[in-house]
Amino acid sequence: MRARTKPGTLRGCVTAGGVVAAMLFGVAGEAASQGTAQATSGDALRVALVTGGCTGCHGATGEGGHGIPSIAHTKSQAEFIAVMKAFRDNQGSPTVMNRISRGYTDEELVVMAVRFARPN
Amino acid sequence: MAHPRITRRGALAAGAAFAATLAAPRVSAQARARLVIVGGGFGGASSARFARDAFPDAEVTLIERSRRFTTCPYGNLVLAGMRSIEQITFGYEALARRGVRVVHDEVTAVDAAGRTVRLGGGASVPYDRLIMSPGIDLRWGAVEGYTAEASARMPHGWVPSLQPITVLERQLREMPDGGVFIMTIPANPFRCPPGPYERISMVAHYLKQAKPRSKVLALDAKDGFSKQPLFMDGWRELYGPMVEWVGASNDGRVMSVDPAALSVTTEFGQTHRGAVVNVIPPQMAAKVARDAGLADQSGWCPVKAGTFESALVPGIHVIGDASIAAPMPKSGFVASTHGRQAVAAAMALIRGQAPPDPVYFNTCYSHVGTNYGISIVGIFRAEGDRFVEVPNSGGISPRNETMTPERRAEQRRLEALYADGWYESITREMFGLA
Repeated sequence: MRARTKPGTLRGCVTAGGVVAAMLFGVAGEAASQGTAQATSGDALRVALVTGGCTGCHGATGEGGHGIPSIAHTKSQAEFIAVMKAFRDNQGSPTVMNRISRGYTDEELVVMAVRFARPN
Repeated sequence: MAHPRITRRGALAAGAAFAATLAAPRVSAQARARLVIVGGGFGGASSARFARDAFPDAEVTLIERSRRFTTCPYGNLVLAGMRSIEQITFGYEALARRGVRVVHDEVTAVDAAGRTVRLGGGASVPYDRLIMSPGIDLRWGAVEGYTAEASARMPHGWVPSLQPITVLERQLREMPDGGVFIMTIPANPFRCPPGPYERISMVAHYLKQAKPRSKVLALDAKDGFSKQPLFMDGWRELYGPMVEWVGASNDGRVMSVDPAALSVTTEFGQTHRGAVVNVIPPQMAAKVARDAGLADQSGWCPVKAGTFESALVPGIHVIGDASIAAPMPKSGFVASTHGRQAVAAAMALIRGQAPPDPVYFNTCYSHVGTNYGISIVGIFRAEGDRFVEVPNSGGISPRNETMTPERRAEQRRLEALYADGWYESITREMFGLA
């Protein structure tokens, strides 16, 4: 992984976007946590679009507030994806996240992890 | 479950488009893509913020006539006495500091052929793509007797730029104990489907404390509404007989109003007199969109599902409440996701690239009482020329009987908290404050 910029910024996503690039081009499977593929800027746009629903509640940097949990680099990518998948099955006492996580594809959960989770 | 995926070609195209933006040499100001956004509400302000962040080389102009924007969401909490109007009013200074060119002026005409927007001050603003987030107008006279003049006596409180929620708030505060607060509710589609029912709840919350002998009578042109079982459970639990909701089948459809008598008359001729009468009238896309030829006979604006480009006028994207985007609700949250997709699609189309695949997202929280929140969630995609909700996802909060009493209290408490968190997060993001 290249040196990361400030977490939570779009620039940070571009750097972390290697994981997504690897996913999209079929190099790695889901939750690939040591993506080293060169990220393209298109990944940043896709990350921003897919996570547009997340920031509406969790905030532009994912910091949460008013009881909404922070998702700003609080979990590894693998943990983040595992939690999102568990929500689909009502695990972890979800309030709204069970209804939300079922609407997104596995690949989109990876895209979300790229923006909000730690790389490892 | 349907899992539409981005195609490899789509991904490459989107990537190439974005890379091209970054790599493009800035030869002259004219070479920059000119994105003009009309309307600074949830759709427009979110679009401007997103465009500024995602496309640093684009020229982003936001045209909004008002310098201060009061949100529709949380207006009902002003009625409840839980918020002040100042707490739900925002400016555009932070967006301007981030590099959005903010123009406070009225749009008098849109010249789609010349790709120019004309302003009341006389200036013309050229665009490569236009994003219109104009909001709604009220259909004066659709309920007989309900004119703009009548709305001073019978407030709508539904379009803050036409009438601040404080007009209705003042009447509610001055209402005598034992009075009836009448609300009339239109047929679909209208802005904020759960909004009238949250308002019933917040008015009842206030009355229960301040005027406990009073009553809320809601007369509805429909037989069903958003989050209906949850609202009705909540009203029964918190307010008992204080809240009466009458659907269309029980003669709830109001046909005419008499502002002088503060009375409303239903389809089958029943007349109800209130101490306060809140008329939420039928609606349509705002005039600026209708004048630009963007609306069809329904009064709303048909759009393409993948891009929100107008189905009637090329080069213009119509987002938010003014658009025809069912099964998506006319909500602020979903408008913000329309806006991001419209911006990304507009930029791709300017560069001759394929627009990215969309995913639209909505969560509408409603306050029913203190520590009592409920929600509806929806995730939507484009399927050909239609919007579709992702099957087996989204939906409303669990009903009371599906939970233990402890879990039920926790679920409602958390959703009330999350509503506050949502409001803070989305407003901070769209107005560039975070």
